[in-house]
Amino acid sequence: MSKDNSYAAVMARKQEIVKAAVGVDYARFERSALCFDYEAMMDDVAYSMEQMIAIQKNSGVGQTPLLELGNLTTLVRKLAPKGKGARIFVKDEAANPSGSFKARRASLAIHHAKRLGYPGVVAATSGNYGAAVASQAAMHGLKCIIVQEAFDSHGQGQPEIMEKGRACEAYGAEVVQLTVGPELFYYFLILLEQTGYFNASLYTPFGIAGVETLGYELAQQVHRRTGRQPDAVVITHAGGGNVTGTARGLIKAGCAETKIIGASVDLSGLHMASDNDFNRKSFTTGHTGFGLPFATWPDRTDVPRNAARPLRYLDRYVTVSQGEVFYMTEALACIEGLERGPSGNTSLAAAFAIAQEMDEDQVLVVQETEYTGAGKHPNAQLSFARQNGIEVCQGNPQDSVPGKSIVIPEHPDQIMVQDVELERMRRSYLKHAAALLQERHISRSDLDFLVAETKAQLDWVEAELAMLGVKIGGN
Amino acid sequence: MCDAKQGDWVQIYDVILPAGERAAKVPEDTQRVSLALRVKGFLLDAEGRMGRPVTVKTVTGRSVQGELCAVMPAYRHDFGEPQPELLAVGPKLREILWGDGSIV
Repeated sequence: MSKDNSYAAVMARKQEIVKAAVGVDYARFERSALCFDYEAMMDDVAYSMEQMIAIQKNSGVGQTPLLELGNLTTLVRKLAPKGKGARIFVKDEAANPSGSFKARRASLAIHHAKRLGYPGVVAATSGNYGAAVASQAAMHGLKCIIVQEAFDSHGQGQPEIMEKGRACEAYGAEVVQLTVGPELFYYFLILLEQTGYFNASLYTPFGIAGVETLGYELAQQVHRRTGRQPDAVVITHAGGGNVTGTARGLIKAGCAETKIIGASVDLSGLHMASDNDFNRKSFTTGHTGFGLPFATWPDRTDVPRNAARPLRYLDRYVTVSQGEVFYMTEALACIEGLERGPSGNTSLAAAFAIAQEMDEDQVLVVQETEYTGAGKHPNAQLSFARQNGIEVCQGNPQDSVPGKSIVIPEHPDQIMVQDVELERMRRSYLKHAAALLQERHISRSDLDFLVAETKAQLDWVEAELAMLGVKIGGN
Repeated sequence: MCDAKQGDWVQIYDVILPAGERAAKVPEDTQRVSLALRVKGFLLDAEGRMGRPVTVKTVTGRSVQGELCAVMPAYRHDFGEPQPELLAVGPKLREILWGDGSIV
């Protein structure tokens, strides 16, 4: 008898489909309605640092160069007050097999899928992760299906997404391209059930742990080059895996004092599930449309517990505008000789402004680059933006309005970061958590969990919970 | 008249959720349109006509049905047109860094 594949029926089978397709019994780590043992989940399910380095080395992943951006540093020092202007380094993650750091995540997922005997993998992503999964699947002889949110209702797609789809197909994957909408997940579940493939989710413990090697390598490379630990690392933030994995790797390398700074492109005002807004943005990832919701409530993904929990690690979160990132992409090519894709340069644009606040003897690391090419190039992106009615001009980027205008700076001193208040994000997280409670009461261990989840002070969390009417007591 | 014959590399289109049956949380503009898919594969039918139902075999071996929407689908994305706002960046930075006098 064939299964009922109506929307309601498939969504009702969600838990069993996901459990069969990830091979992880998440229930083992649940401790209460609110709390789960995050570290136990990461320790039990993922691999040790040594194992991960070996797995990745076996797939040609990782050990990417750390490049000093000397000309950009000189430029920063010309703009900064005397004595200011940190040395800027970049981890050239474009050197990975599929051209981005996502190969680190994919290599672990594919290794795990193969070890568990799955015949293939499915991943839902419009980003570089698709190409990474497809590339690793090709390398290890697994079948691969990538599900992309690719088009608006007129069949028009972002050139960047078209390029990522092409790359997946080049690596031998089947690419299922959907129109806009979160019901992509419904079709994703049908595919998992129909094929019996592994869910190479971005958010499993392996998907996140795979990025730990990036932070770990980076720490060692900075130490070898400069004799010190990185003072700050700027990380492009979307779903949270990049921040979480890199920060965990830095901590494992002994860099507990390194400041973890997340950076996203500001796309405020654009709705991520809107058919009209879909092609009015020039960034398909690394933006606030993912960055804010995934930080303030991580458990909104295709697995029961998201291993990416960026609020646990962020010391600062900033935004930059689309025009500033395009500017820095051009600058990286013109004065550093590195032509790399725009989305990965979100952290570079933020770093350019943040380095001006730091002392000259400090070290600031931009922890990724990504490949560029047709569709991903700024000219392709801006041509597409103009075709979709976006005004592109030179001026002050602070005047830009996402979905209406992209303003390319006239001068590098116009590149700035906007701080997003972490306290506001932590408060939003606590509100989400409180909404889960049937009774407004939590235990001391729940409280400890919330403190770790928000990287906040205990008394601050207690006060916030009191304002939400949540009482604390018992174990 | 057929547009594709058996074994041709083609693309199909299919509606997964029609307008009006979209998830409740989806914004209004998206509610008004269908959730549709496009996928590529080798045509299994003896022949196919544009806009008519066909079945394809994808590279993972799945059989998928939908309307034929492209035969030998090409990648059309490119490097775009030159952007005057970006052409200004390199010369300006070289001027600031090295005082290059050859700025336009």
